[in-house]
Amino acid sequence: MEILWIMIPVSLFIVLVMGGIFWWSVKSGQFDDLDGPAYRILVDDDTPREKTTLPGGLEDEDNPPNKSDLGRQ
Amino acid sequence: MTTASTTEFFDYKVVRQFAVMSVIWGIVGLLVGLVIAAQLIWPALNFDLPFLTYGRLRPLHTNAIIFAFGGCALFGTSYYIVQRTCQTRLFLPKLASFTFWGWQLVILCAALSLIFGFTTGNEYAELEWPIDILITVVWVAYALVFFGTIAIRRTPHIYVANWFFGAFIIAVAILHLLRSVEIPYSLMRSYPVYAGVQDAMIQWWYGHNAVGFFLTAAFLGMVYYFIPKAAGRPIYSYRLSVVHFWALIFTYMWAGPHHLLYTALPDWAQSLGMLFSLILLVPSWGGMINGMMTLSGAWYKLRTDPVLKFLVVALTFYGMSTFEGPMLSVKTINALSHYTDWTVGHAHSGALGWNGFLIFGALYYLIPRLFGQTKMWSVSLMNTHFWIGTIGIVLYVASLWVAGVMQGLMWRAVGEDGTLVYTFIESVKYSYPFWVIRLVGGLLYFVGMLLMLYNVLKTIGAGKAVDAEVFATASAKA
Repeated sequence: MEILWIMIPVSLFIVLVMGGIFWWSVKSGQFDDLDGPAYRILVDDDTPREKTTLPGGLEDEDNPPNKSDLGRQ
Repeated sequence: MTTASTTEFFDYKVVRQFAVMSVIWGIVGLLVGLVIAAQLIWPALNFDLPFLTYGRLRPLHTNAIIFAFGGCALFGTSYYIVQRTCQTRLFLPKLASFTFWGWQLVILCAALSLIFGFTTGNEYAELEWPIDILITVVWVAYALVFFGTIAIRRTPHIYVANWFFGAFIIAVAILHLLRSVEIPYSLMRSYPVYAGVQDAMIQWWYGHNAVGFFLTAAFLGMVYYFIPKAAGRPIYSYRLSVVHFWALIFTYMWAGPHHLLYTALPDWAQSLGMLFSLILLVPSWGGMINGMMTLSGAWYKLRTDPVLKFLVVALTFYGMSTFEGPMLSVKTINALSHYTDWTVGHAHSGALGWNGFLIFGALYYLIPRLFGQTKMWSVSLMNTHFWIGTIGIVLYVASLWVAGVMQGLMWRAVGEDGTLVYTFIESVKYSYPFWVIRLVGGLLYFVGMLLMLYNVLKTIGAGKAVDAEVFATASAKA
């Protein structure tokens, strides 16, 4: 099983790197707030706004879709 | 956003490209799967043509499903999620575009070379060295775009989904490099550098971690974004999702030897593989429960929203597969299940149920948003897809469970005089009815995906390609 001479050092190296990243993430405050991030992705509204139509299929001119809501076409 | 010149838009084009190609490659991959499933029942279906034989089509099927269907979905969703959660455009959008065309080239080269019989013979790493180099180049570009986008993020926190995608990108790079080291001796041929049991060890270290990082970690990134978004509720426990991430990536690497139980691999390595596989149940189920609980208080949405239905069933299959996997890695159970169709059933409950349904849910969520729509063209068609697909998976998986256990019992049946009761060919004969049921299940799943393609094309036709504006607010910076 000479292959283990490669695999075990590689695995240990990966674990060390992961441990290092973990250390950095804790120290840099990534996990200081473990509630807010869950809500923050919901605040980001990624649904394009539907055109408001009045009865009869006319576009609502008083409340036109904001141009920026529609994005770049 | 007062003047047009300062307005910034998300790079949705590359997401659109990957999303659409994922659907197309999915259909191709499933079709090849159907052909080989039919060949098991009617071997004459290879028409005595070398490029239609089972041996060439089977790796084509697995590569198309994992790397083309799954790969495109992962590129696309990760580019979407990293932009939305970091509130910024992609880093180096042109390089992102290169990853799209590069990956499509990899897929085409893979398909052609496999059909014409060029293979290294290593499962899930069959591609020859020139394609391996191309994959490496594309992957490095992908890593640059992804991590670069994280580096230029406008939010201080890196959302948990991005951690999963990041681990997937790094792990796949390491796995690919170590597995695909080979010595070329002609344009499309190479010698392996590992041999015998050493090669087997590397192979399943690679193979299992490919499942672990390509088909699990990265898909969990999708779970942690699309389930909260579709349910409109925050993830049940964000804290648990962070624990899930670290626990999963620290324990996954050594589970590979469970593919080599009762082989020439040293016994201690086999036991270690089994142990780590059993440990994996804990983070897996932690994550599954976390996803499920996200829906508490929003279960009623399942009645009306097929996106959520797909995602929840995918999560259910994740729970089932990550229970079945550790169970099959127990040596005594593996003695019965190894080399039978049970393994194939297990792989497909993961691939069709977990990966497939998660991709469907994610794409049904994404595609309308990428084309300026609020929902897919036909919601009832999505529901039909859901039910056809679910019935297809159940038929597929259940028939192979029965066939697998039957095969295992027949192979080990010993008479009073110590001789085997059944010949191997008898177990093949008894498997036919189950293979027919499997084919029907696969066919239903395939039809479901055709409905999806139609629905996607109609949605695209009714909409316009739209890149949403980046609303980088001051509060995001705080």
